[in-house]
Amino acid sequence: MKEEQSKEKDKKFGMVIDLDKCTGCGACMVACMAENNVPFKEDESNKRDSITWLRIYKLTNGKPFPDADICYLPRPCQHCGGKGEHGHSPCVSVCPATATDYSKETGIVSQIYTRCFGCRYCMAACPYHARYFNWWDPVWPDGMEKYLSPNVSVRMRGIVEKCSFCFHRYQLAKDKAYFEGRREIEENEYQTACTQACPAGAIVFGDLNNPEHAVYELKKSGNAFRLLERLQTNPKVYYLSGREWVRRAGDNYLKDEKK
Amino acid sequence: MDSALIPRGVKRCPTWQFALWIGAAGAVLLWGVFAMLLCWFKGLNQTNMNDSYGFALWIWADLAVIALGGGAFFTGFLRYIVGKDELKNIINYAVLIGFICYSSALLILAIDIGQPLRGWFIFWHANVHSMLTEVAFCLTCYFGVLTIEYVPLILENRQIDKVPFFHRLGHNMHEIMAVFAATGAFLSFFHQGSLGGVSGVLFGRPFGYREGIFIWPWTFFLFTWSAAACGPCFTILVTKITEKITGKKLVKQNVIELLAKISGWMIGTYIIAKIIDTWYWAKVTAPAAGLSLMDFYSNNPFYGIWILVLEIVICGIIPAIILISEKGRKNPAALMAAVVLAVIGPCVNRWVMVLQVMAVPVLTFESWAMYYPSWQEVATTILPVAYGVILISFSYRYLPVFPQEQELNPEV
Amino acid sequence: MFPICFEWMWDMSHIIFMGGLWYALTIIGLGMTFCIGKAFYDTFLDKGKVDHHH
Repeated sequence: MKEEQSKEKDKKFGMVIDLDKCTGCGACMVACMAENNVPFKEDESNKRDSITWLRIYKLTNGKPFPDADICYLPRPCQHCGGKGEHGHSPCVSVCPATATDYSKETGIVSQIYTRCFGCRYCMAACPYHARYFNWWDPVWPDGMEKYLSPNVSVRMRGIVEKCSFCFHRYQLAKDKAYFEGRREIEENEYQTACTQACPAGAIVFGDLNNPEHAVYELKKSGNAFRLLERLQTNPKVYYLSGREWVRRAGDNYLKDEKK
Repeated sequence: MDSALIPRGVKRCPTWQFALWIGAAGAVLLWGVFAMLLCWFKGLNQTNMNDSYGFALWIWADLAVIALGGGAFFTGFLRYIVGKDELKNIINYAVLIGFICYSSALLILAIDIGQPLRGWFIFWHANVHSMLTEVAFCLTCYFGVLTIEYVPLILENRQIDKVPFFHRLGHNMHEIMAVFAATGAFLSFFHQGSLGGVSGVLFGRPFGYREGIFIWPWTFFLFTWSAAACGPCFTILVTKITEKITGKKLVKQNVIELLAKISGWMIGTYIIAKIIDTWYWAKVTAPAAGLSLMDFYSNNPFYGIWILVLEIVICGIIPAIILISEKGRKNPAALMAAVVLAVIGPCVNRWVMVLQVMAVPVLTFESWAMYYPSWQEVATTILPVAYGVILISFSYRYLPVFPQEQELNPEV
Repeated sequence: MFPICFEWMWDMSHIIFMGGLWYALTIIGLGMTFCIGKAFYDTFLDKGKVDHHH
């Protein structure tokens, strides 16, 4: 039905994150939370029940000084395409109520908040821990509700949420293009909040299928890798690093295995 | 006081003693209900679940009671389809236990979901590719079948049976019970299997993931098999406990032994399949994801290789050997030990397939996630046990659950 | 669950899955209708019939 309407070539939005540029400042996380009305608790020290659509991990190579090295790794939802890009991402196929969907048009894995009934099967399925459950009702400090983004619905207690690649921005860009009589949007018209917030320019966002977008070439770099590629989840977030140990940290290897 | 309701020819304890017993179980039930209401009104923040442990104690309890409740469908299958006529002496109880297990499972699911009022979405907006959808559909349908199997027993109550309509209804249901039992076996096959599929299909979780045939991972068949194998042992165990509490022999030993023998062979064949599955997973499936067997059983405070040994050797091979050998079955202590181990076996299996799947880190820079349940989770998990005790007590007191009771306990 | 739900598709997965479901429900439904109907008929409409069970 939807596929018939769409005459355009399918897009595959994705990210390339240069880990050698990332300083771990956390601006992307803050931008993400503000942009998407992500709720927070008074005490956010327990990372296992606080919501961070984009989370920065700190990786170390485990070596003593002077060889010690660290790397910060921002992890949004990987928007997995699944084996053969059929949209069988780990979470989509398991959702019993069709509350999460893979868009063939954009490659974005959506979460339908009003449809989700909170069984958390998708969270069990996601190896990246990119999905978060609303254990509490969102409570905003007095007056802060005025600063909520009107383009993103707030979520209620008891449902799962996750990074949407700022899908509302895509919708706004499409609306604008339509209003101006264009079918296609420019690369810079649709950028995620984290991409724009990164002071180091470590995050690059665009259509992985479009040769005119920066990500198209970047993802082909010899230093590019994706997280847990061996599981055949087929993520759309690529990472770049010139450091061998960082690239190796992206996946599991047997002890005697050479990459 | 209630003697008019008690079946003819059997003795029951005085009403006050019964009331006291129900009162004690009722207190535990109320505690569970309180915790349940907390979860419904305050939300799942009442639990110790977190984003690493989306599935925890409840889902384990759910899978475990359904596996153990498998005694109902398998005994029904043996009695009505295969034609093992002796089993008519234990089928009522198997059905009752199954009914309790399945109603409990549905209740737990209703507490476990974050938005209980949207629970019907799983039916209305069904995603037919999800194992959980299959679970929900088959579970609900099979619960309907179990209710149909349980109703004739209720209709046999001395007072209800006096009403001609109910008498005839009960009779008619008995007449075509084989049709319901066959439907129940069909539904059970799929929901036991799809529960196995729940973790088996998680290709992002190498600990749970299994290859398989068509859309079904091997765990699909292993779960069905183990439920059919160990369910009857749970029926035997609860029968033995009931005999102990009532101080009466309720089912003849030959019936128990027949069920134990079938169970033994089923466990034996299951455990061979399980060993092959484990071996293939450890040698082929997991290494393909870059993980070796010991990665799943080390560097954490709880999950050692002991849990695999416990599941396969102690709670699998040992009870199978005891139950297959006639000597083992004839020895009451050995039989009891085997039955208990065979009940623990699938519980351990369900535990690892739910909780250890969540605990094992998949990203190389994450560590093991440990979890312990909150009291609200424990209370809501005990709630079904109290409910089961109460339902069994009422059924035993007022319904002719055990056809051989009168013969085994002649009035002096 | 029903073809009126918008996520319904007339594909193999839906036909097999929902086919199995409705098949089981039909058997259960017809079975119970028979039991209740027959009991109702024998009790209230066919009073001449003698109950020969037991």
